[in-house]
Amino acid sequence: MIVVIDYNIGNVRSVCNAFRHIGCDIELSRDAGTVEKALGLVLPGVAAFGYAVNALGSTGELVKRAAAAGKPILGICVGYQMLFEESCEYGPHRGLGLIRGNVVALPPAQPVPHMGWNRVELPADMALFSDLGEAKHFYFAHSYYAQPADERVKIAYTDYGFALPASVQKDNIHGVQFHPEKSGRQGLKVLQNFYEMCTRKAAAC
Amino acid sequence: MLTKRIIPCLDVKDNRVVKGVNFLNLRDAGDPVELGARYSDTGADELVFLDITATIRSRKTIVDLVERVAKNVFIPFTVGGGVQTVEQIDELLRSGAEKVSVNTAAVQNPNLITDAARRFGNQCVVLAIDARRSKTRPGRWQVCVKAGSEPTDLDVVEWAKRGEELGAGEILLTSMDADGTLAGYDNKLNKAVSDAVNIPVIASGGAGTLDHLYDAIAEGGADAVLMASITHFGGFTITRMKEYLRDRGLPMNL
Repeated sequence: MIVVIDYNIGNVRSVCNAFRHIGCDIELSRDAGTVEKALGLVLPGVAAFGYAVNALGSTGELVKRAAAAGKPILGICVGYQMLFEESCEYGPHRGLGLIRGNVVALPPAQPVPHMGWNRVELPADMALFSDLGEAKHFYFAHSYYAQPADERVKIAYTDYGFALPASVQKDNIHGVQFHPEKSGRQGLKVLQNFYEMCTRKAAAC
Repeated sequence: MLTKRIIPCLDVKDNRVVKGVNFLNLRDAGDPVELGARYSDTGADELVFLDITATIRSRKTIVDLVERVAKNVFIPFTVGGGVQTVEQIDELLRSGAEKVSVNTAAVQNPNLITDAARRFGNQCVVLAIDARRSKTRPGRWQVCVKAGSEPTDLDVVEWAKRGEELGAGEILLTSMDADGTLAGYDNKLNKAVSDAVNIPVIASGGAGTLDHLYDAIAEGGADAVLMASITHFGGFTITRMKEYLRDRGLPMNL
């Protein structure tokens, strides 16, 4: 079982719908016991950064503990941005600090929010994108973006007038700026890949 | 670069998808849950669901139906039809919609757009405009409300600009003259509106061939094309439409 962190914001329901649709065993919860038993965690998020971090509250510690234990973590949209150290959206606000780097406003050269389907170049060594080929389109809806500061992380980029990080991976910590739960078949495949990563890791232990 | 979007539209009446010509002579097109799942699964970029019954009595039914459709739709999902208040928008967003479109209520109370945009963000608010060629002012269009049955004094281009200022994130522009005719979008209308606003314009009404889709984007300046008849009855798959547009040089999600 994997847990989608329930912290009462945004549309966590659509993330759960998507996992259930592809037959994954998931639970929506913020209960410490349940989170500790999970093979992996999903941190969704549709809200302003500060609001989301506050709503997450002490549950953030559970996420950090799971991350330190090596469990796969998947952050989506603002849930992904929260994996970083700090955001300047109506801020500054501190994030979980699981990946070094900050969240900043999109440059005004292109329309903001960045909203719609954009093509993401998929590095072969990012497990989240297994069997998806070299590039796929995903659905984005955001006004801020994360700038990873750690050179060892893996990054998948999309072009929005500049190379915009669309997904970042640091060891067992994965994040996507786009919405896999709203990105059609290829989005469901990303969720499937994450789920398999969790169950494989559990079987290996 | 963002892709151009293909958006099938489900006009829903009494729990069924229907489609007419010029907003009349409705014909059954199937079950909304099934059709929504099919379009999501076969590569549509978004889905629009318009409740064309939209009586107060039917609201609860619609929310239940939206929830059932959303369960099988893994692409952005816009819901509209008869939406009058911020609370109703909230309810639809909670039921699984990403965006909500407003039409008649926004004409009657333009603050609805601003209130909704402040609370949920501009990206959630779609201003739907039903446009009819003006008989008195050549080259202009008038806004019609109440499912197109009631013409107003509002000019479509002016109303679209106002809608953007008020906080709408997108314009869903339906030509009543072209709707259901399969004779092509009204690209003069599309161009007039897309030139006047900076937010995305979804062209709607009249798609009958693949060329029509291309023209709405290339000539009409639309960011997305909405269609119903051509995809429910017309035999064109979403993939076929996208391949055609891609081959003519448009950026598509394929």
